[in-house]
Amino acid sequence: MSSTTNTTTIGTIGAPSRRNTELAMLVFAVLIPVFAYINVGLAKEEAVPAGVLGYTLGLGLLAGVAHLVVRKWAPYADPLMLPIATLLNGLGLVFIWRLDQEPQISTPQLGGAMAPGQLMWSTLGVALFLGVLIFLKDHRVLQRYTYISMVVALVLLIAPIFFPARFGARIWITIPGVGSLQPGEFAKIIIAIFFAGYLMVKRDALALASRRFMGLYLPRGRDLGPILVIWALSLMILVFETDLGTSLLFFGLFVIMLYVATERTSWIVFGLLLSAGGAVAVATFESHVQVRVHNWLNPLELLNGGVTETAQAMYSFGSGGILGSGLGQGYSRLIGGIAPKSDYILATVGEEIGLAGLMAILLLYGLLIERGIRTALAARDPFGKLLSIGLSGAFALQVFVVAGGVTGLIPLTGMTMPFLAQGGSSVIANWALVAILLRISDTARRPAPTPAPSTDAEMTQVVRP
Amino acid sequence: MSELTLTVMRLGFLAVLWLFVIVAVQVIRSDLFGTRVTQRGAARRGGQEARTQRQAAPPQQQQQRRQEGGRGGNRQRRGAPTKLVVSEGSLTGTTVALQGQTISLGRAHDSTIVLDDDYASSRHARIYPDRDGQWIVEDLGSTNGTYLDRTRLTTPTPIPLGAPIRIGKTVIELRK
Repeated sequence: MSSTTNTTTIGTIGAPSRRNTELAMLVFAVLIPVFAYINVGLAKEEAVPAGVLGYTLGLGLLAGVAHLVVRKWAPYADPLMLPIATLLNGLGLVFIWRLDQEPQISTPQLGGAMAPGQLMWSTLGVALFLGVLIFLKDHRVLQRYTYISMVVALVLLIAPIFFPARFGARIWITIPGVGSLQPGEFAKIIIAIFFAGYLMVKRDALALASRRFMGLYLPRGRDLGPILVIWALSLMILVFETDLGTSLLFFGLFVIMLYVATERTSWIVFGLLLSAGGAVAVATFESHVQVRVHNWLNPLELLNGGVTETAQAMYSFGSGGILGSGLGQGYSRLIGGIAPKSDYILATVGEEIGLAGLMAILLLYGLLIERGIRTALAARDPFGKLLSIGLSGAFALQVFVVAGGVTGLIPLTGMTMPFLAQGGSSVIANWALVAILLRISDTARRPAPTPAPSTDAEMTQVVRP
Repeated sequence: MSELTLTVMRLGFLAVLWLFVIVAVQVIRSDLFGTRVTQRGAARRGGQEARTQRQAAPPQQQQQRRQEGGRGGNRQRRGAPTKLVVSEGSLTGTTVALQGQTISLGRAHDSTIVLDDDYASSRHARIYPDRDGQWIVEDLGSTNGTYLDRTRLTTPTPIPLGAPIRIGKTVIELRK
C-alpha cells in the first residue's frame, strides 16, 4: 500500500478560533497608543496628560466591545485585523491630538482641535463595524445587490460634482448644519461589491474568448467594453472633481480585480497603458493636475513665498532621520494649514518616530493587507474571493497613493491614510471594510460542519441462528 | 522633563512598536513558512506515531477512514500489531500496514488482499479493529471456512499477535 511509504505528516495549524490570540494582541494594541499619549504629554507639557485615563478607557472599551462582538458573531475570523486596525486608529488619534497641541495649526479658522471629533468618528466607525458583523450574517448576501451597488456607487461618485470644491477637489458632499462627508470612501467598498459580483459572472467570457498575440492574450473588442467604461468614468472623476486619488483608486481597483478574476496579464498591461494615457491627456489641460505634477517634479521651487508642501514633507522626514525626533518634539506644525493632520500625517509620523517607526507603520498596513489577501485565498466561494481581494486591493492602493504622494514617489493626491489620518468618512468606511473582511475570513476559516453519519458506513449485522 | 527620559521613551516606543510587528508576524508564521512538517519516527514508535497521525490527518482522510472502518476515533494501544503479513501461499511476503482500516480478503477484485486461491470465496473474510483497537477476524460466510490456529471461525474473533489465520492455502499473521 502506498500510504505505508508516506513518511511526513502535516502538523495541525494552531487552535481553530484564535480569539485569545486576538485578545492578547488587542491589549498590546491599546497599550502602545497609551504609551505614545503619555510620551507626547511628557514632551510637550512635562506632565502626564490629564486625559490619559479617559483615553485609555475609551480606546480599551471600543476594542473590548469589538472583541466581544467578534467572539460572539464571527468566532473564526482572522486574529490580526482587529488589533492592527485598533493600533493604527489609536496611534492616529495620538498624532492628531499631538498636532492639536500646536497653536499655529489649531486656530478656529482651521477647525480648532480635531482629536475629539476624530474620537467621535472612530466610535461611529467601530459602531458600524459592529453593525456589519452582527447584521451581515453571510457575505454572499451582498452578491444579490450587484447592480444596485453599481448604481449607488455611481451616485456617490457623481454627487460631489454638485457641491462646492474644498481644498482644490470636489470630493465632498456638504449638508448644511450637519457637516460634510467624502462619499468616495464609501463608494470604494460598494464598488468592490459590484466588481466582485459582475466579474464572477463574466470572468469566463473575459478570460477565455481572446486571441494570443505576442505572448499576450488580446481580449475581444466587445469584452473591452467594461474596462473602457470604468476608464472613462475615472477620467471624468479626474476632470470634473479634480481628484487624482479617487480616480486612480477606482481604475486600479478594477484592473486588480479583473486580473485576479481572469488570470490574464494582458489586463494589467492594458490598465497601465490606459491609465498612463489618460493621466497624460488630462494633465495637458487640467490645471489642478498640472500643479500637482509640477510640485512633484520641482519640490524646491519657491512657490507662495516659501517651499511647496512636498518639500516641507521631505524636510520633516530628513529632520526625523532614522530614529526620529521623539513624539511631540517635531516641527511638522511648519507645514501649516490642516494638511499635517490629514494628508501629511505621515510626515509627522516620519519626523517624530523616524524611519524606523514609519517602516513599522507601513509594515502594519502591509500585514493588514496580507491578511485580506490571505482571506481571499482561504475563501471557498468565488464572490468572497473577489470581494476580499477587491477590498484589500482598494486599501492597498489607498495606502500606496498616500504614502507615495507624501514621500514624493508619485504626485500628491488628496486621499487620507486609512485609520491614521484625520477624516470622519475615511475612518468609518475603513472600519466597515475591515468588518466585511472579518466576516469573509470567519466564513472561510469556519470548520465544515460534521457530516451526518451515513447509514452505509455502519457495520452490517450478521444475524446467526 | 529630562533629555534622558525622553530619549529612553523615544527608543522604548520604537521598540514596543516593532515588538508588536514581530508578535503579529509570529501569529501568522504558518502563512509565511507553510505548515509544520514533522518526520515520522521509526517503526518502534508505532503506536505513538499512529496516534499523532490520526490527530493530524486532514478531515477528508479521517472521513474516508470512517467510511472504510466505521471506527475513525480509535486509539491504537501499545504492543498492538502494525502490519499484516502473508506467510504462506501465492502471496507470501506481502505486507499491509494496519492503520485502522478494514482489510477484506477474498477473490473479488476490490478486496484489500486479492486471494488467487481455488479454496477461497470471492468475499471470504475481513479483518478490522474494534472500538478498543483490538483486531478482529470475521468469516463472511465462506464455503471452505477461515481457520484461526486450528479452529474454524464461527463468530468474529480477536486475533492474538502472531497467530496464523488460514484461508485455503494462504496463511496470514498480524505482526508488530
